[in-house]
Amino acid sequence: MNQSRRHFLKFAGLTAVGLCAGASGVLASSGGGSPVKPNKETLHATQWAMVIDTRKLNTDEAIAPLAAACHALHNVPDVPNKQNVKWLWSASMEEAFPDFPNKYQSPEVEHRRVMLLCNHCENPPCVRVCPTKATFKRPDGIVTMDYHRCIGCRYCMAGCPFGARSFNFGEPREHLDLTKLNKEYPTRMRGVVEKCTFCVERLEVGKLPACVEASNGAVHFGDLSDENSPARKALRENYTIRRKPSLGTEPSVYYII
Amino acid sequence: MLERALKGSPRYYGWLALLLVIIAGCGTAYIYQLVNGLKITGMSRDVSWGFYIAQFTYLVGLAASGVMIVLPYYFHHYKKFKHMVIFGEFMAIGAVVMCLGFIVVDIGQPQRMLNVLLHPTPNSILFWDMVVLNGYLLLNIVAGWVSLETDRLRLPHPSWLKPVVYVSIIWAFSIHTVTAFLYQGLPGRHYWLTAILAARFLASAFCSGPAILMLVMLITERVTTFKMPKDGIKTLAKIITYAMCVNIFFFLLEVFTAFYSNIPGHMHSIAYLFVGAHGHTELVPWMWTFAILAVASLALLVPPQLRDNHKLLPFSLAILVVATWIDKGLGLLIGGFNPNPFEQISPYWPTGPELMVSLMVYATGALVVTILFKIATDVKAEMGVAQKLPCGCSSEDGCKCAGEAEAA
Ligand code: SF4
Ligand code: SF4
Repeated sequence: MNQSRRHFLKFAGLTAVGLCAGASGVLASSGGGSPVKPNKETLHATQWAMVIDTRKLNTDEAIAPLAAACHALHNVPDVPNKQNVKWLWSASMEEAFPDFPNKYQSPEVEHRRVMLLCNHCENPPCVRVCPTKATFKRPDGIVTMDYHRCIGCRYCMAGCPFGARSFNFGEPREHLDLTKLNKEYPTRMRGVVEKCTFCVERLEVGKLPACVEASNGAVHFGDLSDENSPARKALRENYTIRRKPSLGTEPSVYYII
Repeated sequence: MLERALKGSPRYYGWLALLLVIIAGCGTAYIYQLVNGLKITGMSRDVSWGFYIAQFTYLVGLAASGVMIVLPYYFHHYKKFKHMVIFGEFMAIGAVVMCLGFIVVDIGQPQRMLNVLLHPTPNSILFWDMVVLNGYLLLNIVAGWVSLETDRLRLPHPSWLKPVVYVSIIWAFSIHTVTAFLYQGLPGRHYWLTAILAARFLASAFCSGPAILMLVMLITERVTTFKMPKDGIKTLAKIITYAMCVNIFFFLLEVFTAFYSNIPGHMHSIAYLFVGAHGHTELVPWMWTFAILAVASLALLVPPQLRDNHKLLPFSLAILVVATWIDKGLGLLIGGFNPNPFEQISPYWPTGPELMVSLMVYATGALVVTILFKIATDVKAEMGVAQKLPCGCSSEDGCKCAGEAEAA
């Protein structure tokens, strides 16, 4: 626990430094207790979204480096059994879109592998069910977590219809290569839930999510409310689908078919 | 009154000691879990709730069941239940203690449990479940304790007690409804996403709960001088039978909806439970056992001659309890998580430590129930009510031998 606190403080410190850089360097607190003055570099949006091109990104080999980049950056443990932790992973078309298949599909489409991650739903059931507000939705549409508040009830896992959340059944650091730890990002402790956060810590300093960066243009990222964002452009120009749209969660991850 | 729990026969002490040994022994498994985390359980990323939450769900039914005695007595003035009411209330206390215990052992960061209170979140059903469970515990402690205490002092019940009991009756329905809502409102979990789930929960609770209660009271009759009136047993058995019929009917409604509509998502879970899916048949023998025992229990309970046969009744009830436990304490949870969000099957089975921790919680509940029942039967004995007569009847029965005994 000490270690996690240390990592967290380091992370918090770095974030604070990042946030104050360029600005007056003074933490501004307004009446609502707004903690910090925003970083000039910070990317803003009303609803971040991701558009994944399954024509380009369609094999395990293509998806693996994206998952590796994400997992290395966020110190995601590599647990070798069904109690594993995944932020970003590869699945079959059938697993990703169970409602989608028809019997006589183009074999090429049918055999694509699909990159899966948290959909950062606009109506996230995981937020609705969490009894402690440990899972919450930010004003920019990102669904994220306060790992220090989570009690580990796993209600959010039952609530998420996309299997996007993982629970730290055991001590996550047992499954991390401590020599390769990313010291700028905290590790988690046992007994809390975690998931993809759309790399909020990178958006904060003006960078795109790690998987987007590693995708060689196969993943587009941007603000849904901005017509000119790369996401909207990709949506305009391509046929896209989302996972389980009938459930009304309004996923913000789109797939170009 | 509490001192009555301390004076008992060697058999009573032996039983308490046995429970304490189980609690301590299985407590080591819980310590093991605290040290290593929930990885010692069979739960996984896909089946993220397991045996603990299933037991919690089943026991909420037991907690709500006391109301099947309390309600007829208070709402319909059914006098035969007069001396049984207290046992329903005390059983509810034990059941809620177990429910809370199962929640505590299930969470990953138990020391943060109070976050639910520190950051109250009304949009979470779990928050409301906590509210109704603790409220129900409190209501039953107050109602049970005050009524027993005033009975003992041979005083009339205080006037404020009635409203408390009325509230507790309505509250009993709420605990099971809210617990059903925990499951019922989740998108993409087809087996749970059905408007009839709360009704199914209540029907199942009102047959399995009173059945367990009756079995425990039959044991109580053997080890104490307490005796239920014959008509009371008869009526309770009738209530159990009706509830079980409704329970099975509701289940069949689910089956019809799923298979007549032919919608894959709705059929999958039921198919997985009863015939297996993707080569996984872990639960198939269990679910057929449930089906057979459910029919058998009805066959033994519906005909009045069989139901009123007091030799047969304990067996009929035990069969019913096993059937409903498989349905709700096993199938409901595993079938709800399977097929998982990727339409795949992730088998789940509780591990040894998981079962030991569960046994610890069950033993704690048994301890609470034993102590409370001991106090209640002592008070009844002291007042000379609901006692066994030489002929085997209860002093509450209006039978001939009861009259003779009084005359003698
Ligand atoms: S995909 Fe799941 S975890 Fe992510 S926001 Fe939606 S419901 Fe929550
Ligand atoms: S496990 Fe944590 S994040 Fe999930 S619902 Fe419970 S408290 Fe919230």
